[in-house]
Amino acid sequence: MAEKFELNEVEVWDGNYAASQALRQAQIDVVAAYPITPSTPIVENYGAYQANGYVDGEFVMVESEHAAMSGCIGAAAAGGRVATATSSQGFALMAEVLYQASGMRLPIVLTVVNRALASPLNVRGDHSDMYLGRDSGWIQLDAYNSQEAYDLTLCAFKIGEHLDVRLPVMVHQDGFTTSHKAQNVRPLTDEVAYNFIGDYVPVDDMLDFTRPVTHGAQTEEDWHYEHKAKQHKALMDSRSVIDQVFAEFKELTGREYKRVESYMMEDAEVAMVLLGSSVETAVLAAKQLREETGLKVGIVSPRCFRPFPYDLIRDELDREGLKAVVCMDKSAPGGAMGTLFNEVSAAAYTTKARPIISNYIYGLGGRDFSIDEAKRIMNEQKAHADAGYITTNIQQFSGVRGPKLGFFETRRG
Amino acid sequence: MSMTGSAAGTDKRGIRELGAEEKVGWDAVPQGVVLTSFDELIDNAALVKPEDRSYSDFNSYTATVASWRVIKPVYNRDICIDCQNCWVWCPDTSIISRDKQMLGIDYDHCKGCGVCVEVCPTNPKSLLMFSEAVDNDEALASWPEKKKKAK
Repeated sequence: MAEKFELNEVEVWDGNYAASQALRQAQIDVVAAYPITPSTPIVENYGAYQANGYVDGEFVMVESEHAAMSGCIGAAAAGGRVATATSSQGFALMAEVLYQASGMRLPIVLTVVNRALASPLNVRGDHSDMYLGRDSGWIQLDAYNSQEAYDLTLCAFKIGEHLDVRLPVMVHQDGFTTSHKAQNVRPLTDEVAYNFIGDYVPVDDMLDFTRPVTHGAQTEEDWHYEHKAKQHKALMDSRSVIDQVFAEFKELTGREYKRVESYMMEDAEVAMVLLGSSVETAVLAAKQLREETGLKVGIVSPRCFRPFPYDLIRDELDREGLKAVVCMDKSAPGGAMGTLFNEVSAAAYTTKARPIISNYIYGLGGRDFSIDEAKRIMNEQKAHADAGYITTNIQQFSGVRGPKLGFFETRRG
Repeated sequence: MSMTGSAAGTDKRGIRELGAEEKVGWDAVPQGVVLTSFDELIDNAALVKPEDRSYSDFNSYTATVASWRVIKPVYNRDICIDCQNCWVWCPDTSIISRDKQMLGIDYDHCKGCGVCVEVCPTNPKSLLMFSEAVDNDEALASWPEKKKKAK
């Protein structure tokens, strides 16, 4: 039996420590991990809990992130509660096996501390690793601060392991801005946290010798498609379970999470859509702008990045008074418009209001995104709204040195 | 598919070509592509002989892949000493043996790799490779004589 870990009502934790405490409280059977900056402390802290007797489960040190996720898959197929952590290059090395985990319907929890992808090598936070995972079939939740990293990690187990879901879940937080920033966190007691998640219920576990099963079968053109269709439906249908788990969490803690978070959208003329710790920057900027100039700015953020909340994004953007929306993508777009722009545009296209939508790339490799810059971009949306069309390039770059960079022009207006 | 000698087998061994199973829709495929080996719960599979197991339709035991083979091992009972070398080495569990007595070859799952022939210690060998087109009786009739050891 694990040693009791004394917690105060309010702790001062950075995002990494918050995530590692949630992992400890989940009473995981197997953690297989290979530490990488900036998520190293999650693995390091968990290793210390294990060495000091605070967890009963196994901690497996492996030779790479590919092996880490492979080990997690084996342990999950065997019938255990399983989790690990990674970032950036490690996430990229895991990519192959991420698809195995979701296709095999194994509810592994992966805490991802977002960091830029090389080249050039960079350890700071942007969303390129998070975006790399977007087609992997995992549920992706996004935390903006330490408290949320803790809360959402607890929720991740309960969502992924729900018998109607049985899918792996990533909990993202921003490298350094969240992972290394100490903030007040109100943890649950070990008992309350564990009881919220509940005991792990194995499904098709390999350790049930009375019912031998094959995991990881090969399927060709006669079977593969049906399996992928079923998997996609499970991911789409997980939306209601996510809502239900968030509702239970609110009941327990008073802290409310939604698949799409929105701020001041009721009367918004212009809106900014973005992810991660920048959401807090944008909310501050919007409040200041409302006070200073009266410009009615609202903020929308898909807390749940996958399954992408087309339903709720559409609800937020289908407002008569809303004229212009800017989607902020913190990932090098690789020859396309940013992902948020593409998906939010797709959701908004079928609304009655159909606001005009433009795209900014920002914050690559940890470049700072300031309140002033957020306000400048919000004011630019007002100019689009007044003109009735996008007065700049549709895709622009925020905070990059050199001549102004932009692509594509509108044919509307 | 036919079986050499008196080898035992269930009704379900190789009952269909691989891929000839009933196709169902996305709503009926098993979650996570998890395939159950047997239709019923089993106490200790290792102690139950293949012919007594309730193999499921998705167990490879019920599918024949005989068509993958172009050459086949033929087994000669008259020479075999039941050493079990072929049973140990066969990579596809296609040597059928009961109570340490060699019974024959599972031609539904044998791929014709020839490992059994390679490891057979008798003189002449009790297993030899023949073209898939050659009849087994014909093969047995043309079996080579014992080779004299070179002095």
